[in-house]
Amino acid sequence: MTNEELLEIIEKENADTAKYRHRLGVCTGTGCMSSRSDAILKELQAEVKNRGLENEVQVKKVGCLGLCAAGPIISIQPENIFYREMTPEDAVSVIDSLDKEPLREKMIDTSEPFFYRQEKNALSNAGVVDPERIEDYIAMGGYAALIRAITEMTPVDIIQQILSSGLRGRGGAGYPTGLKWSTVAKVSSDLKYVVCNADEGDPGAFMDRSVLESDPHRVLEGMAIAAFAVGASQGYIYVRAEYPLAIKRMRAAIKQAEKIGLLGQDICGTPFNFKVDVRLGAGAFVCGEETALLNSIEGNRGMPRLRPPFPAESGLFQKPTLVNNVETFANVSSIISDGGKWFARIGTEKSKGTKVFALTGKIKNTGLIEVPMGITLREIVYDIGGGIPNGRKFKAIQTGGPSGGCIPAEHLDTPVDYESLKALGSMMGSGGMIVIDDTSNMIDMARFFMEFSMEESCGKCAPCRVGTVQLYNLLGKFQQGEATENDLFILEELCDVVRNTSLCGLGQAAPNPIVSTLRYFRNEYLEKIKPSADQAKEKSQ
Amino acid sequence: MSPTNSIKTFTIDGKPVSATESETILDVARQNGVNIPTLCNMDGLTSTGQCRLCMVEIGGSNRLVPSCVSKPEEGMEVTTESPRLLKYRQMILELLFSERNHICAVCVTNGNCELQSMSQRLGVDHVRYQYLNPQFKVDGSHPKYEVDHNRCILCGRCVRVCDEIEGAHTRDLRNRGINTLVITDFDGPWGESKSCTSCGKCVHVCPTGALAEKGKSVAEMAKRRQFLPYLVMRRKGASK
Repeated sequence: MTNEELLEIIEKENADTAKYRHRLGVCTGTGCMSSRSDAILKELQAEVKNRGLENEVQVKKVGCLGLCAAGPIISIQPENIFYREMTPEDAVSVIDSLDKEPLREKMIDTSEPFFYRQEKNALSNAGVVDPERIEDYIAMGGYAALIRAITEMTPVDIIQQILSSGLRGRGGAGYPTGLKWSTVAKVSSDLKYVVCNADEGDPGAFMDRSVLESDPHRVLEGMAIAAFAVGASQGYIYVRAEYPLAIKRMRAAIKQAEKIGLLGQDICGTPFNFKVDVRLGAGAFVCGEETALLNSIEGNRGMPRLRPPFPAESGLFQKPTLVNNVETFANVSSIISDGGKWFARIGTEKSKGTKVFALTGKIKNTGLIEVPMGITLREIVYDIGGGIPNGRKFKAIQTGGPSGGCIPAEHLDTPVDYESLKALGSMMGSGGMIVIDDTSNMIDMARFFMEFSMEESCGKCAPCRVGTVQLYNLLGKFQQGEATENDLFILEELCDVVRNTSLCGLGQAAPNPIVSTLRYFRNEYLEKIKPSADQAKEKSQ
Repeated sequence: MSPTNSIKTFTIDGKPVSATESETILDVARQNGVNIPTLCNMDGLTSTGQCRLCMVEIGGSNRLVPSCVSKPEEGMEVTTESPRLLKYRQMILELLFSERNHICAVCVTNGNCELQSMSQRLGVDHVRYQYLNPQFKVDGSHPKYEVDHNRCILCGRCVRVCDEIEGAHTRDLRNRGINTLVITDFDGPWGESKSCTSCGKCVHVCPTGALAEKGKSVAEMAKRRQFLPYLVMRRKGASK
C-alpha cells in the first residue's frame, strides 16, 4: 500500500458517495442495537430496495452518534437531520419524508449545546464511517498518518510529536504518553510488544467500547504508529469478552487492514512488520491493571505483578512492552497528521487535547461525549448533559469509577483536568461520569462501589482482599443505622490501611468512594450513627 | 568495577549496610540482624510481596515499599519500624484473623504457628473487625496429610514450593477475592491427585495449621523447614 493507492481508494469512495442524493446512517453501537437498530437498518434497506432507490439513497451502518438517551438514532446526510427513538415501523415514513418535509416530531435539535459544545478528535469518525469497512475510514483520511509515519518520519520524530502534543494516558493515571513511548524505544530487545488495553470495566463507563465499535481502524492505526516508533513487531488488543460487538468489529478490521497491506509483513514496502491479535478477558476487573493484563495475555491467573520492573522494561513474556489505553491510541493518528502543536492548543497547561466521557446517571442527555480538557463540570452537566431530569436537584458527580470519588455541587466550576480532579479527591479515570441527584444516598453509592471492588479483588494481598469486605460490611451497618462512633473510626482507619498497603492500583484506590463521600457528605454518615445508651437516655429525659 | 558487581550502600534504621545488585532490602536486613515481619516470604522461594507485612518506609517518600521485592538504592534511608508501620502491620494481622477461622486453642500448630507468633510479637491481642466465619470443608483424603482451608492465610508458599522446588505444580488458586482457595490439581480431592508426589514440602512451609500431617493433635504439629535452604544450596551448587 502506497500513498497513491490510498488516494485511489479515497477517490473511488468519494465518487461512490457522490452518486447518492441521501445518505442514511443507522447507529449500530451496542446501545442502539439493543433497541433493535439492526432491524431498523434491515427495514430501511428493504424499503429502499422496494422503491428502486438503491442508486439514490444509501443506507449504511455507522458507529455511535453519542446521544444514547435518544437511541436508536439515524442520521440523514447531507441534510444533517437526526431522528430520535426510531423503530423498525418508522422506516416507511422516514423514506417517505426524503425530499419532503422532515419528521418534525422525531427530529433532534442539533442547535443544542450537546452538539456544539463538544470537540471531537478520538470520536471524529464515530457516527460517520461504517465501522465494518476500511474504505470508509480511508475516505475520511484514515491510514494516511501511518503511511506518512513509516515512509517519511523516523521513530524519534514520531515520539517528538507525541511528546510535544502533551498527550497523557487516557486510561486514568495520566502518564505522559510520549515519555512511555520513548522509554520502550530506548530498551534494546529482539522483540517488543504493543498492547492495547481495552479491558474497560468501570461501572457506567463505555468510552472504549464505543471507540472500538465505531472506529476500530483508528485504534489499529494508532497502535501501528506506536509499534513503528518503539520498534515493536507484535501487538495485542486485550478486550473484555463482554464486548462481543467490539471484538467482532476489531477482528474484521484487522483482517481488512492485513488484506490491503497496512498490517503484516513489509508494510508499505518498508521493512516494518506489525501483526495484531485480539485477546479476550475472562471477566476480571483487575485485568485492566496493566501488569495483571499482561499476566492474563500470557495465559496466567490475572493477578498484578510487582513493579518495578515496569512493563516498558520487562512486560509481556519478559519483553519490553508498551501498554496504552484504547482512547490514547485513538488520539495518535491525528497528532501525526496535524502535529503535536495542533493537539496541544486544546486543553489546560498540563492536560492537553480532548477527553471522551460516558455521561450516565440522573442526567437528561445520557451518552458519549468528547470535550476539550479544562471544560468545567458545570458545563458538562448543565450545558452538554442538559441538566437533571424530573426537576430534581444536582447532588454530586462521580468520576473515575470504583477508584474515583464524588464531587459535590460547590465544586462544579472546577475545570476537568488530571490535577484538578485529583485535588478534589477524585480522579479522571478512564472517563465514566455518573450524575447523582438528591434522591440518592451517598452511603448507598459508596457501598455499591465497595461491593464492586470487593468482588473484583483478586485475592493476592491481604489488605485489599479482606479490607474491602470489612469496609463493605461496615457501610452496611451505616445503611441500617446500626453503626457506632467507633465504627466510623474503624472505617476511616481501614480506608487508610487499604489505600497505603495494597499491592496494586485496585486496592490502593478502592477506599476512594468512601473517603470522598466522608469528605463532602460526612453528615450522611453521622446521621446514621446510633446514639449510645447514655445519649439515648439523655434524649428521652 | 564491573557493573554486575556494583555494591550499593544505604542505611537500615540508621545503621550503614551494603547490598549486591541481586539482594533485596529484606535480604540485607536479615544479614544485619534486623527481623522485618513477613508471612509470605521464605528464603528459597520467589518473593511475591503479597502479605504486605514487610512494608518499610523510605526516607523522603511517603510511599511504603515491600522490602522483600524492593532493591535498595545508593544512599537510601530505610526505616523498618515506626508507629505507622506497626499500626498497619497490626491491622493487617487483624484482617487475617477476621478472614477465616483461626482458633488457636484447637489448632494442630498452636505454639508453632507463624501467624500466632507474629501477632504476639507485634502485640495484636484482640481483633476489632467482624469475624467473617466462612465454612470450608477439610480435605482429609490424602493418606499422610490434610488441608484445612479455615486456617489458610493465602500466603501462597505451598503453591510456590510445589512449583519451584518440587516441580510438580500440584497446587494453585481458584476463585478470587475473599473466595480465593488453594486447590489441588483441578480442584479435586488431594488423595486422588495424580501430580502430587506426597513429598510434604507444602505442609512444612505452611505458616499456619492449614496444612498438617495426619494424626497430630492440638499443638503437636511442628514444621520442619531446614530442607529448603539445604535444597536451594544444593541446587545452586549443581548449576555452577
